[in-house]
Amino acid sequence: MIAWWKELKKEFNYYVHNVKDIATLEKEIIEDFSLFDDWTEKYQYIIELGQKLKPLDDQYKTDDRKIKGCQSSVWLHAYSNDGRIYFDADSDSTFVKGEIALLINVLSGQKPEDIVAAELAFIDAIGLRQHVAVTRANGLAAMIKQMKLYALGLQSQAV
Amino acid sequence: MLPEMTEINLQPFDVEKVRSDFPVLAQHVYGKPLVYLDNAATSQKPQVVIDALADYYTTYNANIHRGVHFLSQKASQAFDDVRVKVKEFIVASSEREIVFVRGTTEAINLIASSWGRVNLAAGDIVLVTTMEHHSNIVPWQMICAERGAEVVPIPMDDCGVLDMQAFGTLLTDRVKFVSVVHTSNSLGTINPVKQIIEQAHARNIPVLVDAAQTVAHQAVDVQELDCDFLVFSGHKMLAPTGVGVLYGKEKHLEAMPPYQGGGEMISSVSFSGTTYNEIPFKFEAGTPNIADVISLGVAIDYLNAMDRKAAAAWELTLMKLTSEKLSALEHVRLIGTAKEKSAVVSFIVDGVNAMDLGMFLDTLGIAVRTGHHCTEPVMHRLGIPGTVRASFMFYNTAAEVDRLVEGVKKGIQLLRA
Repeated sequence: MIAWWKELKKEFNYYVHNVKDIATLEKEIIEDFSLFDDWTEKYQYIIELGQKLKPLDDQYKTDDRKIKGCQSSVWLHAYSNDGRIYFDADSDSTFVKGEIALLINVLSGQKPEDIVAAELAFIDAIGLRQHVAVTRANGLAAMIKQMKLYALGLQSQAV
Repeated sequence: MLPEMTEINLQPFDVEKVRSDFPVLAQHVYGKPLVYLDNAATSQKPQVVIDALADYYTTYNANIHRGVHFLSQKASQAFDDVRVKVKEFIVASSEREIVFVRGTTEAINLIASSWGRVNLAAGDIVLVTTMEHHSNIVPWQMICAERGAEVVPIPMDDCGVLDMQAFGTLLTDRVKFVSVVHTSNSLGTINPVKQIIEQAHARNIPVLVDAAQTVAHQAVDVQELDCDFLVFSGHKMLAPTGVGVLYGKEKHLEAMPPYQGGGEMISSVSFSGTTYNEIPFKFEAGTPNIADVISLGVAIDYLNAMDRKAAAAWELTLMKLTSEKLSALEHVRLIGTAKEKSAVVSFIVDGVNAMDLGMFLDTLGIAVRTGHHCTEPVMHRLGIPGTVRASFMFYNTAAEVDRLVEGVKKGIQLLRA
């Protein structure tokens, strides 16, 4: 399983802001997942991440923050500070929260132009896309799209 | 709450022997033996059905009813034989009443479109039940929107039992058609269709029975039921996908206009006017699904050759075992606890998302279905977003029930953490 310092590092990234670039963070996730032998372990790890995701304040669980195209309810809240975009999210599905946690880990605290340009190859590299049913893969795609749209929309304010 | 249970006895049924007929079941997924409990979505196929498909394409593939050559005649004979088999399978009075379609959905669309176009007018009502599959709601909504008519659901109670008193009240002069599901795919409830048909017929209202979830699990007799239409899919009863059956009483099929135009459905074509073929061919435009129809015949042979009563008893045993063991787990609630129930166990776990649990079970090699199962009104009625559903076929085992229950237990531990 994951070494304790990796957990610490994640929490640091998560709660402060991203000091690393997207490519580095993606590489770290790929490394983390390479420790797992099979899909069962990966699934359990994603669930763990979901359980640890900072809950979204209820005031942000509004219809306009709800992502369309997901089978589960997913709310995504975004704001900008010091030229960077930050995300908070929640879902009724722990697995989806785990997926969001991965995305937030990589994208939250980044510059809008980097978010928009991010290809997020880690999703394929860790085998996530091949294991989620099409409906869920669409949900994942919808989340990414919404994060990029927020980045685009907040770009002007952020600069 | 548990469905009313008689004593659970392990019925004498040679599961292992039957299982060996279904090659798909022998495999491992994620390194674990597959436990296939998504039979209400589609059944697995016995080797004889798979062989029949390959044999058709390997040795006598030809278009039917038009060729004068050997292969065409062989294929035509095999195809026509199945119509007789289906007739006998559901005890219809004539093979003229058997129309081959793509599946239950197409059958209902055909009837809604063809019967509805002629017989529905502004202000009319089509009665369905709250527990219909979307395929027995949307086609009626579409034709009703066109005709200015209305689709009204017969309500059900918290256990998933149809409110027959409400049905009596809803059965007014405005009702022109009743379209009801025999066995609910999401709850397992077996509806009292015979009683529904009797009450509707007392007012001269025709009734369609959606038997998609029934035909693989119990014998159906359309003459005894006296239903006007009965529809089902091949793929839920061991046959390939893409083939289904529409049974309709001769008088209805004769009176209904064709659904699609093309070859086969005509008697003669000219630009001054076209005359249509007789039933059932009037409703079978174009080259039919020859290979799958022939394989459907083999699936029927397979079902007929087994002790269907013992198979049904075995399925119910598995259902009751599962219901008992799951409801004994903390946080688990069974959804659909009608007394008359088929081998479907739907459940939710408080504090656990159904899809998360379904995905977890998948990692253990256990295939279940999660979500609303194409019956959103059921979920709205019960105030839940969806369920986890285990649905059984006679080839499932008691050991598989244990794997499921263990999996759910582990899933609860992991997901409620």
